[in-house]
Amino acid sequence: MNSHCEGCPALPAGRPTKDSAGPEATVALAGNPNTGKSSVFNALTGLRQHTGNWPGKTVGRAEGRYSFGGRRFKLVDLPGTYSLLSASQDEEIARDFILFGRPDCTVVVVDVTALERNLNLVLQVLEITDRVVVCANLMDEARRLDLAVDIEALSRELGVPVVPTSARTGSGLTDLMREVDAVASGKHHPRPRLVHPASEVERAADELEAMILRAAPGLASARWVAYRLLDGDVRVRRALEAGELADLVQAQKLPPPLSNPRLALEGHP
Amino acid sequence: MTASSSAPTAAEILARADSLQRQLGDAFRDQLVVGLFERSDAIARKVVQKGARRGSIDSALDRWLTSPVTGLPIMLAMLAVILWVTIVGANIPSAWLGQGLFWIEEQADRLFTAAGAPWWLTGFVWHGVYRGLAWVVSVMLPPMAIFFPLFTFLEDLGYLPRVAFNLDWLFRRAGAHGKQALTMAMGFGCNAAGVTACRVIDSPRERIIAILTNNFVPCNGRFPTLIMLASVFVAAAFPPVWASLAAAGSVVGIVLLGSAFALLVSWVLSRTWLRGEASSFTLELPPYRRPDVRRILYTSFVDRTIFVLLRAMGTAGPAGAVIWLLANVHAGDASLAVHIANALQPLGTFMGLDGVILLAFIIAIPANEIVVPTMLMVYMGVGRMTDVPSLDALRNLLVGQHGWTLLTAANLMLFSLLHNPCATTILTIRKETGSRKWAAVGALVPLAIGFVVTSAVAGIVRLLS
Repeated sequence: MNSHCEGCPALPAGRPTKDSAGPEATVALAGNPNTGKSSVFNALTGLRQHTGNWPGKTVGRAEGRYSFGGRRFKLVDLPGTYSLLSASQDEEIARDFILFGRPDCTVVVVDVTALERNLNLVLQVLEITDRVVVCANLMDEARRLDLAVDIEALSRELGVPVVPTSARTGSGLTDLMREVDAVASGKHHPRPRLVHPASEVERAADELEAMILRAAPGLASARWVAYRLLDGDVRVRRALEAGELADLVQAQKLPPPLSNPRLALEGHP
Repeated sequence: MTASSSAPTAAEILARADSLQRQLGDAFRDQLVVGLFERSDAIARKVVQKGARRGSIDSALDRWLTSPVTGLPIMLAMLAVILWVTIVGANIPSAWLGQGLFWIEEQADRLFTAAGAPWWLTGFVWHGVYRGLAWVVSVMLPPMAIFFPLFTFLEDLGYLPRVAFNLDWLFRRAGAHGKQALTMAMGFGCNAAGVTACRVIDSPRERIIAILTNNFVPCNGRFPTLIMLASVFVAAAFPPVWASLAAAGSVVGIVLLGSAFALLVSWVLSRTWLRGEASSFTLELPPYRRPDVRRILYTSFVDRTIFVLLRAMGTAGPAGAVIWLLANVHAGDASLAVHIANALQPLGTFMGLDGVILLAFIIAIPANEIVVPTMLMVYMGVGRMTDVPSLDALRNLLVGQHGWTLLTAANLMLFSLLHNPCATTILTIRKETGSRKWAAVGALVPLAIGFVVTSAVAGIVRLLS
C-alpha cells in the first residue's frame, strides 16, 4: 500500500498481502447486481474496483488478496447476477466459477432492503455448494428505510452463517472475514436447509440427483447438476461426460486450497 | 475415486435426464423459478419487518425523475447543466496548465541548446513527444476533472438506471435492448468501456447491436473537441450573456444527434442483419443512496480521470513524435504533412472540411484527443503542435488564415461525432464479439455515416448559398 492511500475512504479492513508463498484459500464473491459487492471486495482487499449505484458494472472477474488470522485468502469478485439459470455471459462466468472453480467458500452478498429478490440467488448457490457465508449488506440502508432484519432467523432458515455488514462504512467486515475463515478452513461446516416443493420438476430432480449421487457419492452440487441437466445445459453435460464431476468430489475431500480453477474451467483436469 | 458396480455411468445419467427433460418440457423453468420465488418470499416475510416510514423521499424523487412527462426533460436539463459547468469551469485552468507546461518546454529547449544537443533531438523530444503530452494534459485534464465527478455523483446517487428506464421504450421500438441506454451512458466516459459494459445484455443479438452503436455517444476524448468548437464558434455567434449556455446547448444537441443515430442504426440492424424482437427484461431501480463525497472524488479522479489521461498520454506521446516527423521531414518544397494535407484537400472540401482536418483524424486514430492539436500544428506550419494563447486568436487563425466558416466548424463537430471509433475501441469490439467482421462493421458503419452526413450538409449549404 502506498502512503497516499491512507487518506482514502474505507481503508481496507483486511491487510492486503503481496507474497504468494504458502497455501491460500479461494473465496468467491457472488451477489445480485448493485448490492455493494464491489464495496465488500474493495474493503477487504484494499483494491479499487470501481463501485457505483447501478446494476451490472462488474462484468468481468476481479481478483484480490487479503489475509486474516494468519491465513491467506484470494477473493474472486464475480459478476453481479440475479440468478444462475440463464445463458447470459455474466451468469455463466459466475456459475462456472462457483461450480468448477471449487472455491473454499462462497460469500453471497445480499441487499437486505430487497431480501426477497436477493434470496433467490442465495438459494441457487446453496444447491451448488454448502460452503456459503451470506453477507447481509446495506444494513445502514435498511435502518434508513426503517426495516428490521432478523439476522439470526435468516441464518436459521438458510442453514448457513449470515453476517450483517455495511460495507461502505466498513462495519461488520471483521466478522465476515472470521466467518469466511471458519468455513473455508472447515472449522465450521454449514448445513444448508434445502426445501424443495412437491412438484413434477422437483420429483424429476430427486430421481436424477439420486443417480448422480450413486455415480459420484458426496457431490455437494448433485442437485444443481440435476437441474442443469433437466434444463439441457450443454456445459454441464460435457463436464459429466469428461468425468469432471468425480474430480469435484475429489476436490471436496482434499484440504481446501489445492484446486486449480483454470484447469477445471478448461475441462482438462 | 472408484465407481462401484451398481453406480450408473455418465451415459446412463444423461439418457435418463433426456427422457425426464422430454416429459417436463417447458414446465421446467416455470416450476423451478416459481418454487424459488415462493421460498424466497416465505423467508423474507419471516425475517424482515417493515417500519412505518419508508422510502417517502425515494418515491417522491421517482415521481419526477421517471415520469413519462418530466423524466426526459429533466434528464436533458441535467446533461445541459453538467456540460455548461464543464465548459465554464474548464477554460481558465486549461489556460494555466497550458502556459505552465509550455513554459517548461521552452526552458528545456534552452537547456538542450545550451548543452549543445543537436536540433533534431531537441525538436523530437521536446517539441514532438513532450508537446503532444502537454497538449493532451492541458486540454483534457480540466474538463475531465469537472465532468467526471458530476457524472459519478449521478451514478452514485442511483440515477443511471432511471435513464435506462426513461429510454426503454425508445430502444424497444428500435428493436434493441433497454439496457443499451446504460452502456451508452458508460460510453460518455470511454467507448471501449461502454463496449465492455454491453456484457450486461443477455441476448447476443441485442448485445451486438449495443456494441456496434456505442460509438455514437461522444466519448471523453471527443468532448474537448466538441466543447472547444462550441466555445469558439457557437458561443461567438451569441451575445456574451448567452454564449456559454448556447455552447452547452449545442453540445447537448450533438449528444442528442448521436443518440438518434444510435437508435436509427439499431433500428436498421434489427431489421436486416440482426433480425429479431426486443427481449423484455427486469430493470431494477435501486434505492437512491446518499453519495459519498470522498468516494466520488476517488472514483472520478483515480479510476476515471487519471486512467483516461494515462491512456491518452500513452498514445499522444508516439503520435506527437509522428506529427513532428511529418512536419519536419521535407520532400521538395514542403513538409510531408503539407503534402498529405494537399492530397486530401479535394475530399475534405467535398465533405465541408479540409485536407488538414482529415489528416488530423487519420493521425488521431489511436486517440481522438489529439485531433485539434494536430490540426493546429499543420495550420501554423511551425513544425510542432501549437497552443494558441486565446480563443480569439484561435478564431483568427482558423477563420482569417485558413478559410474556416461556420460550416467547417459544424461539420467538424458532426464528423467528430460520426467517424470510426478509436483503435482501442475497435480492438475491444473485436475482443468482445470475437469476430473481425463485427469489428470492421463497428469501424466502417460510423465512418460511412459521417461521410454521408457531412457531405450532405456541405452540399445543401453550397446549394443554398
